[in-house]
Amino acid sequence: MHQTLKSFWAGVRAEFPLLVGVFPFGLIYGALALESGLSAAPAQMMSSIVFAGSSQFVAAQLVHDAAPGLVIVLTIAVINLRHMLYSASIAPYLEKLSPRWKTLLAYLLTDEAYAATIIHYENEGLTLTSHWFFLGAGFSLWFTWQVSSAFGIFLGTAIPTTWPLDFALPLTFIAMVMPVLKDYPVVAAALSAGAVALVANSLPFKLGLILAALAGIFIGTYLENRKSAKETL
Amino acid sequence: MNIWLVMLLGGLLTYGMRLSFIYLFGRFEVPVMVRRALRFVPPAVLSAIVFPELLMPSGTLDFSLGNRRLLAGAIAILVAAWTKNTLLTILAGMAALLILQFAL
Repeated sequence: MHQTLKSFWAGVRAEFPLLVGVFPFGLIYGALALESGLSAAPAQMMSSIVFAGSSQFVAAQLVHDAAPGLVIVLTIAVINLRHMLYSASIAPYLEKLSPRWKTLLAYLLTDEAYAATIIHYENEGLTLTSHWFFLGAGFSLWFTWQVSSAFGIFLGTAIPTTWPLDFALPLTFIAMVMPVLKDYPVVAAALSAGAVALVANSLPFKLGLILAALAGIFIGTYLENRKSAKETL
Repeated sequence: MNIWLVMLLGGLLTYGMRLSFIYLFGRFEVPVMVRRALRFVPPAVLSAIVFPELLMPSGTLDFSLGNRRLLAGAIAILVAAWTKNTLLTILAGMAALLILQFAL
């Protein structure tokens, strides 16, 4: 098989388990978007125009609450701030790519595509076809998100609200974070981010999430610095 | 504001943030400290999403045994630590929650 195709499929395969968690989440999004009063076309198109699950949920909720358009736009932006962190984190691996590739891969930079790709890049390093791995992971996630949103819109209220389908997402994130917890600075970063997220949960526009992430990153970096300072002594 | 305009602006801002550092990288020197910090992005962001989902399912802190999402999440964490298998983790956590919800 051609090397590019091999990398692409490796990306799809790495992404696959995460898709199992994403699919039910897309179902609920579709159903909920209709329930909030969006019609089918914008509900479906939001999945490719905004293409960021949790912000789509909140946007649908705000449409339901008849919030002003500007508030919805800003809320989407704030919830998606974490993508800037992903962008910074994955940027060194994409540095040598053409502007066209960068433009395309940036569009596909979601939580799940990022998680699968960054783990692969950190463990395997870069090869000539590494960007195809990202494309495979990102595209399969994109495709699954479109299809599951469509199913959700189509099935709508036929999905019983007692099914805890939304739980699939935190489970996916648990599966993504556990393998990363290899040394104590990382564990401390995860625990402190989690603790701050609990305390700051009541902040508006999910600002607590950003605050918590920054706290975790700060603590992790601080401990790492202290560790490497000790080691060089 | 028209819903299409809202989505378009929200989408453009989101895309801009996704592209931001990918576009800028290589155009200036990234400080060592920042490079070091980036390793902590995945665990910090993911934990910040997961903790409230498990510990505050109804908006307030709930450490009790009646918190099914906490129990199911704990099982998922054990399975993840044990197997390092994403699919098994999701299935185990989901099965645990369904059993707790419907069978008990």
